[in-house]
Amino acid sequence: MYGNDFGPTAQASGTDADTPPGPDEPLNAAEAGIFDDLIEAEQRIEPRDAMPDSYRQTLVRQIAQHAHSEIIGMQPEGNWITRAPSLRRKAILMAKVQDEAGHGLYLYSAAETLGVDREELLDRLHTGRQRYSSIFNYPTLTWADCGAIGWLVDGAAIMNQVPLCRCSYGPYARAMIRICKEESFHQRQGFEILWTLMRGTEKQQAMAQDAADRWWWPALMMFGPPDTGEAAQGGGHTQQSMAWGIKRFANDDLRQKFVDMMVPQAERLGIVLPDPELRWNAERGHYDFGPIDWEEFWRVLKGDGPCNAERIAHRVQAHDEGAWVREAATAYAVKQASREAVA
Amino acid sequence: MGGPTVATNLLAAQYIQGLADDALVYAQRLGEWVSRAPQIEEDMALANIGLDLLGQARALLTRVGELDGSGRSEDDLAYLRDEREFRNVHLLEQEVAGFGFEMARLLWFASYQWELYAGLRTSVDEVVAGVAAKALKEVTYHRDHATQWVLRLGDGTAESHERMQQALVDVEPYVTELFDDDPASVAAAESGVGVLPSSLEDAVRARVSAVVEEATVALPESARWRSRGGRDGVHSRPMGYLLAEMQHIARSNPGAQW
Repeated sequence: MYGNDFGPTAQASGTDADTPPGPDEPLNAAEAGIFDDLIEAEQRIEPRDAMPDSYRQTLVRQIAQHAHSEIIGMQPEGNWITRAPSLRRKAILMAKVQDEAGHGLYLYSAAETLGVDREELLDRLHTGRQRYSSIFNYPTLTWADCGAIGWLVDGAAIMNQVPLCRCSYGPYARAMIRICKEESFHQRQGFEILWTLMRGTEKQQAMAQDAADRWWWPALMMFGPPDTGEAAQGGGHTQQSMAWGIKRFANDDLRQKFVDMMVPQAERLGIVLPDPELRWNAERGHYDFGPIDWEEFWRVLKGDGPCNAERIAHRVQAHDEGAWVREAATAYAVKQASREAVA
Repeated sequence: MGGPTVATNLLAAQYIQGLADDALVYAQRLGEWVSRAPQIEEDMALANIGLDLLGQARALLTRVGELDGSGRSEDDLAYLRDEREFRNVHLLEQEVAGFGFEMARLLWFASYQWELYAGLRTSVDEVVAGVAAKALKEVTYHRDHATQWVLRLGDGTAESHERMQQALVDVEPYVTELFDDDPASVAAAESGVGVLPSSLEDAVRARVSAVVEEATVALPESARWRSRGGRDGVHSRPMGYLLAEMQHIARSNPGAQW
């Protein structure tokens, strides 16, 4: 889930879910010992190391969801490339969306080291068996949404992703190091778009405020459902993923950290965050914030968001329309190989 | 002799504006591909080519604003001119029409830009010469990218062969306009700012022909009609819509900074 994972077991309805983790292939005692020792010692698991099947499946699901989020995430902002209001903004936006394609590629490659190929993963995305971050089921209505996505959505993504640079699975951790560097640039450019708008005309200021109003709550939802306190008994992925060194912090802790980081930034921007309960709690040393509408979260996750159908339809159309091109490339490569063999 | 006259500068600005508008309008079309390409690598490649072209356009438009004495910025020129003031060729304003068409268009345009920028490296205008030296490296990659795809599509499957052949037919009416010598180009060639478009034609056609032949497809006979007049601001139907989309946010907020 854009660096988080709450797949089949954490949701109410499983009809369009990914395959749940299967029973562990029993590792022999020596292999299991090596795996446990590596995890215990905070060392990296590499593709050729023996690993429990459920560890492998959890990673495939999480990395694939992350990869899918990158390429589905190209759509809401890609939507503004042709309309960016200055050439400088157009160039930055093109570069940013291009980065997202690159992130998708690193992540599909990381997933492939676990024995599943990109074509299969794309098929799971296209047929609804794997998810992408639900944040991209919201529309980008104005230019300011490009700013809000960079500032809030990429900001939340970084909060989720920085700990993944220390993930126990080597290829994922290494992909994340590079991705986080670029994401941090993306967040700054989002902030700068909003900064410029907030110092612009009244209409521009209103545009920026409206975008923040619409993206704030969905950004908080990006950290996933509550998983601390009573909710920790709910059977999500958090505890197992933490034990495996895939996940480092609970959803709620990351969300709090995000709120604490964003409130001062909003003040600098002059944007009012749409939460009347938001205030500093000196006792806790954190900002308190109002209740999140988890009903909306689950509704959108299950398919009833403003853009769920559109995002997948767009993706499937591009894939289907490109089938003849990919087939041609394969056929040409085969011909070239046989020509070289003859020569 | 003294420095360049106002009239000479205006003609040079018009010539450079043609180069800039070609790059800008094609960057705009390539931007439409992002998230729609046949594979993720190609989303990246087309965005990358678009970005290169956008960079060329920005540098050249800035130069236009200096030379024509108007003091207009790159954004003034991109966002506040009307259709009749754009000087790009028709090839680049045509709507996105599938991957075969795009690779045919890119092969022609990158081959043209390669010869163009190779010549412009010695332009007497230092900005143009600088842009050309940098852009030549970029365009070398664009041309190679298009070449590789035309080969794969032409010599891939029966279906892709047919589609690539059709794409060459579809692009053909827009090719010759690239080599039309409009008055600004003639003046720019005489002053040493530019190169004469017709002088590039043989090399470009030879290059494209060789690729097309290797790709086992064929260049079509000349079409019964061909596009004309882009350099004089006379465009085809898609151009107005392209500008409406590109310019509307900027124009809805007069004077705003972004």
